[in-house]
Amino acid sequence: MNALSTGLSRRGFVKATLSAGGGLALGFHLPALAAADGPWAGAADGAEINAWLVIAADDTVTIRVAQSDMGQGVFTSMPMIVAEELECDWQHVRAEFASANRSLREDRVYQRMGTGGSNAVRISRPYLQQAGASARERLIAAAAQEWGVAPETCSASASRVVHAPSGRSKRYGELAAAAAAVELEAEPAIRKPGEYKLLGTSVPKLDVPAKVDGSAVYGIDVRVPDMVYATVATCPVWEGRLSSVDAEPARKLRGVIDVLEFENAVVVVADSFWRAKQGLDALDPQWDLGEHADASTEAFLERFRKALDDKGVVAKENGDAYGALEGAATVVEADYSAPYLAHLALEPVNCTVHIQEDRVDVWTGSQNPESVLSVAAEVSGRPAEQVHVHSCFLGGGFGRRSRPDFVARAVAVAARVDRPVQVIWTREEDTRTGHYRPLAAFRFQAGLDAEGTPVALVNRSSSHSILAGLRPEAVADGLDQSSLSWLADSPYTIPNLSVEHHLQRTHVPVWFWRAVGATQNAFAIESFIDELALAADMCPWQFRRQLLGSRPDMIPVLDAAAQHAGWDRSLPAGRGHGIALVEGFGSICAQVADVSVSRDGKVTVNRVVTALDCGNTVNPQTIEEQVQSSIVYGLSAALWGKVEIQGGRARHGNFDRHRVLKMAETPRMDTHLVLAGGDKWGGVGEPAVPPVVPAVCNAIFAATGKRIRDLPLADQDLSWS
Amino acid sequence: MITLTVNGTQHELDVEADMPLLWVLRDLLDLTGTKFGCGVAQCGACTVQLDGEPIRSCVIPVAAAAGRQVTTIEGLSPDRSHPVQQAWIENDVAQCGYCQSGQIMAAAALIKAKPSPTDADIDEAMTNICRCGTYQPMRTAIKRAAELAREVS
Repeated sequence: MNALSTGLSRRGFVKATLSAGGGLALGFHLPALAAADGPWAGAADGAEINAWLVIAADDTVTIRVAQSDMGQGVFTSMPMIVAEELECDWQHVRAEFASANRSLREDRVYQRMGTGGSNAVRISRPYLQQAGASARERLIAAAAQEWGVAPETCSASASRVVHAPSGRSKRYGELAAAAAAVELEAEPAIRKPGEYKLLGTSVPKLDVPAKVDGSAVYGIDVRVPDMVYATVATCPVWEGRLSSVDAEPARKLRGVIDVLEFENAVVVVADSFWRAKQGLDALDPQWDLGEHADASTEAFLERFRKALDDKGVVAKENGDAYGALEGAATVVEADYSAPYLAHLALEPVNCTVHIQEDRVDVWTGSQNPESVLSVAAEVSGRPAEQVHVHSCFLGGGFGRRSRPDFVARAVAVAARVDRPVQVIWTREEDTRTGHYRPLAAFRFQAGLDAEGTPVALVNRSSSHSILAGLRPEAVADGLDQSSLSWLADSPYTIPNLSVEHHLQRTHVPVWFWRAVGATQNAFAIESFIDELALAADMCPWQFRRQLLGSRPDMIPVLDAAAQHAGWDRSLPAGRGHGIALVEGFGSICAQVADVSVSRDGKVTVNRVVTALDCGNTVNPQTIEEQVQSSIVYGLSAALWGKVEIQGGRARHGNFDRHRVLKMAETPRMDTHLVLAGGDKWGGVGEPAVPPVVPAVCNAIFAATGKRIRDLPLADQDLSWS
Repeated sequence: MITLTVNGTQHELDVEADMPLLWVLRDLLDLTGTKFGCGVAQCGACTVQLDGEPIRSCVIPVAAAAGRQVTTIEGLSPDRSHPVQQAWIENDVAQCGYCQSGQIMAAAALIKAKPSPTDADIDEAMTNICRCGTYQPMRTAIKRAAELAREVS
């Protein structure tokens, strides 16, 4: 059947138009990129069965991915969910990113396009399964109609529809055009856990081949004809302004096209990034640093800690914590703190923008193409329908790329440049104008009875609110639940409890950092739980276990980590095991770290054993990869991570002073999935970040007797004798 | 004019002698597989080979590469057939992938210099940063690549 003779033609036309508008019509070229490997919306050829999938005559199935891929594997796991129901041959599946512009125009046909909170599978699994199931039934209906048989007598498998009684069969590629015109009377039911064939099996990631030959296109790799480059220097102190700048020294340099002044920044435009950077380096911008030029981490922490002297806003209260403390046999008290942390994604933020009379094109790697679209519309003053966002691969996200501040700047630059411009932040500028994991201070007071059982806990924290900058009304009561993860929702049974919070603000902007509030909170509370175990003279594993009466589902996870790690094995002096447990993003994660500390205080993390209950799995290999990724990310932060504020600004900007884990420092990592199954679907991109930090700190205590109450470890004296 | 040979192709470039090789590759030759991560030779995302040796192209002036053989990720093999690329695919190494060009160029130089690299060799040679933390599969893949390379030779 000719696709053009069916109802498909209109859809095909719409798709072709989008494709041309987004790509070829602009002469946009992809260096060394085979079309089949590209992430670009509109590259697919064939019949569009629904917004999620296109089937070509040669049976190639192109599945659109609404979320962003920053390494966590959605470019593969989302297509797997569609393919599970579609019954197509996985060898013929390719993926491309969905179009935010189309979602805007077609009533959010791609639903939620933001990527964060480890929720891609959790949110989109039902409707992606439905899209695949619906397409399958329509392919069956198209075949049944052609053969004049009942659809119930046909079945689909490996990209073919088969009518067993007559032995007839047809390929999906032959049926796709007709299937696109089929309307089902009712949507088919989708499969449940236990009925899956593809989900739960390890599938190699679809984007790996393009990432071994340099052909995968990140935002910074976009090349548009006639494009120029720009780089930016922002006032080093947040909330400060540009007073003046003499542009002449830059203007006379080779390749420099323009010097642009903004309220708090200066931007140099040139014919290459390096020439733009040379231009910027030649300038001596005069800044009005504003009122925060003396601010420092030290002063912030002093303020945060002082607040802990008073009772805070109560987030959770059980019984009478203060009364029970009075009557306790033993009282344990400790203060903790956690530093500001930068995301340090390896690809510095960047964005390419071309503003034309009737359209705005934006190329970038973002965790949220919809917010990119709205910010670009707002800054350019154009209707949102005219903004086309071309999603690229992300050179790391970790939360940083969910904030479109860099898009706003790039669009503002493009509005003053008469051709496409790629704005690239230097590493230093990326780090120093970042938005950090909040600084936090904690004070815990716990009471144990004569048997060592905790009877009271006063849990005070003092930290920023990320939501306060986004939706102030959400924190009107002085509480931001995202700041209280693993404090207010601790699973340990302590009968008298007062969880209190002091909401702080500084001029340093804060943002979601991989695993968010639990990263600072779990370090503090899971370390303090170890202090209580010590006071109770109990093993930290068994101590936690006996407090989990209300959460029996956590016990097998905790046990698995301890047992696989060989918890009871005796270790030599200077070496220890540490354990921690955190639930977040719908998953339970327990970790045991095996750490050695030399007498002069050098820390070596030998091994980290993880047990994870994410309920069910889509791609188990990706889950193990995400656990390893989380461990390395968490260890970098534990060992060296901090953004030090001095003179109102971030003191250091590059990797020479922001050390991160490398090959030689990476421990052996073993991951064990302890799956509850049923209807439980937990996230996997973040849950293993929070526990690794306290697990390591608890292991250091076991190794040396030194309790870590402030981070990073590099700032602590860990020597022992 | 500077004469630069990249992946076997000779280019005559009218360019400042001190422009780092990285930016010549990326902005003048559109070879975008080599990445910018730090600009100060800390992260290794810009690793290419100069006469077979891994170097950090963000701090090498283009003049220093003139008259020598520059190999980038695009020139490692025409079809992902280099043992390191094959082993990388086999072990599903890449996550975000941004550092991977540099890692692969460093690993390719390593297995050429040391056909049977030990863990210590790998620790010493592989100093590039991967923020996704793909180090464990990378270590497995390097050993596998060395095995594949030995089979071929």
